[in-house]
Amino acid sequence: MSRASAAIVGIGHTAFARDLGQPERRTALAAIRAALDDAGLAPSDVDGLVRFDLETTSEVEVARNLGIPNLRFFAETGYGGGGGCAAVGLAAMAIATGRASVVVCWRARHRGSGGRPWAATGGRVGGDAQFSVPYGIVRPVDQIALLARRHMHEYGTTAEHFGAVAVACRKHASRNPHALMREPITLADHRASRFVCEPLRKLDCCLETDGGVAVVVTSRERARDLAQRPALVLAAAQGTGPEHYVMTSYHAPRPLATPSTWAARDLFAAAGVAPGDVDVAQIYDVFTPLVVFSLEEYGFCAAGEGGPFCEGGRIEWPDGALPVNTSGGGLSEAYLHGMNLVAEGVRQLRGASSSQVADAELCLVTSGAGVPTSALLLAAA
Amino acid sequence: MSASGAERPLPLPDADTAPYWEAAARGELALQRCDGCDAWRFPPRPGCPRCGSLASRWERASGRGTVWSFVVVHGPVLPAFAERVPFAVVLVELDEDPRLRVVGNLPGVAPARVRIGMRVEACFETVADGVALPQWRSAE
Repeated sequence: MSRASAAIVGIGHTAFARDLGQPERRTALAAIRAALDDAGLAPSDVDGLVRFDLETTSEVEVARNLGIPNLRFFAETGYGGGGGCAAVGLAAMAIATGRASVVVCWRARHRGSGGRPWAATGGRVGGDAQFSVPYGIVRPVDQIALLARRHMHEYGTTAEHFGAVAVACRKHASRNPHALMREPITLADHRASRFVCEPLRKLDCCLETDGGVAVVVTSRERARDLAQRPALVLAAAQGTGPEHYVMTSYHAPRPLATPSTWAARDLFAAAGVAPGDVDVAQIYDVFTPLVVFSLEEYGFCAAGEGGPFCEGGRIEWPDGALPVNTSGGGLSEAYLHGMNLVAEGVRQLRGASSSQVADAELCLVTSGAGVPTSALLLAAA
Repeated sequence: MSASGAERPLPLPDADTAPYWEAAARGELALQRCDGCDAWRFPPRPGCPRCGSLASRWERASGRGTVWSFVVVHGPVLPAFAERVPFAVVLVELDEDPRLRVVGNLPGVAPARVRIGMRVEACFETVADGVALPQWRSAE
């Protein structure tokens, strides 16, 4: 683990709510401010900002409101929820190459109060969507449900397997005072929730959240002098495969091989570790099937075995072989394009999670799997 | 158009996709083929994913295929689809090549009757003046 040259030294978040009742940029600023306070750093220490696609607050807006005097590195990674881990990876590259010394990555989103993006669809639809929207594949849940159904057909994956993901996330959220949904649920509750797009039900879908999360990245050397136990950025990877279409990737040779397949290969190779070395995982969970797919693609089980892998509490804290989404994830803590998963990964390596895995030394964090994606391996210092 | 007055979203053709929609308006399923390697491709695009050639032509496809996956859409949905829920959407793998997968509906087929592996053939649904969507019907 000596190869890591950058570390996450601060994490911060706002309250998570259905409606924070303030402009989104205030949420962004508050999250960044909290992350800097956590690190014991001042805005004047920051010289880099990395955001990811769909963020509405600009770098200059952050800088002029927090009093950051000079930004020497600023960038944006692409593909919405696929870009969160990539943003942290880009920050680590900037640190490693000397382009910046303290870089903040963040996501603020008011998806709870701000309405559903797909609801604005109408009129004439161009681009990739012209081949799906006119037929009623409009919402993200419609797009992913087509892949989920095929996975069930090819491998015998069941609705109960998807339900097990929802149950595990809620169990973890019930222990997290910041989580939006804390009432435990059962497989029966999952089965009783209404269909949104068969085979997926309401409890297969992430929350609709207002909130913000930020993380602070600096060099491993500087991290030694700061307030918190650092989480080393052991490896970061981005990936996408052949003939990819964002969210409607039905035209590749193997549509069930999502972009995670490619990110996973490079991630573990760069880190020099194996999936079996991972103590705890934060897996992007906009819909439950993506957790099942990702468990296969990141190598925790073979293709087709992701469903059974989730059975019997195997992904639940404290006794599961691989506790997944220990803060509740997008399904039960907050859905903020996965930045809360990064923060929870850091908490696990600090020993500060509300569902702390004993002696956690290595945490996988992944970004959205239905789009060009990214992932991180974080290690305890 | 639905009775609610909300307009159904329609395709907006561009230079690469217009031949597909023009063929549909004539009641034909046409697909791109690469001039370099003869591979079929869908959705339409300027370059061939297999050989990289930017030269292509349009050919009429058989219009036969197999349901590769399907979903049944429930609300909340766009107003244009509200009176149709629950309705099925299929992903059809075309006989020409297993990686040609086309999203569509099966008008007149109850969602409960849709299954993966179902053989289907193309039909066409006129949705606006001069605009038709390739659709599917059972071929079993």
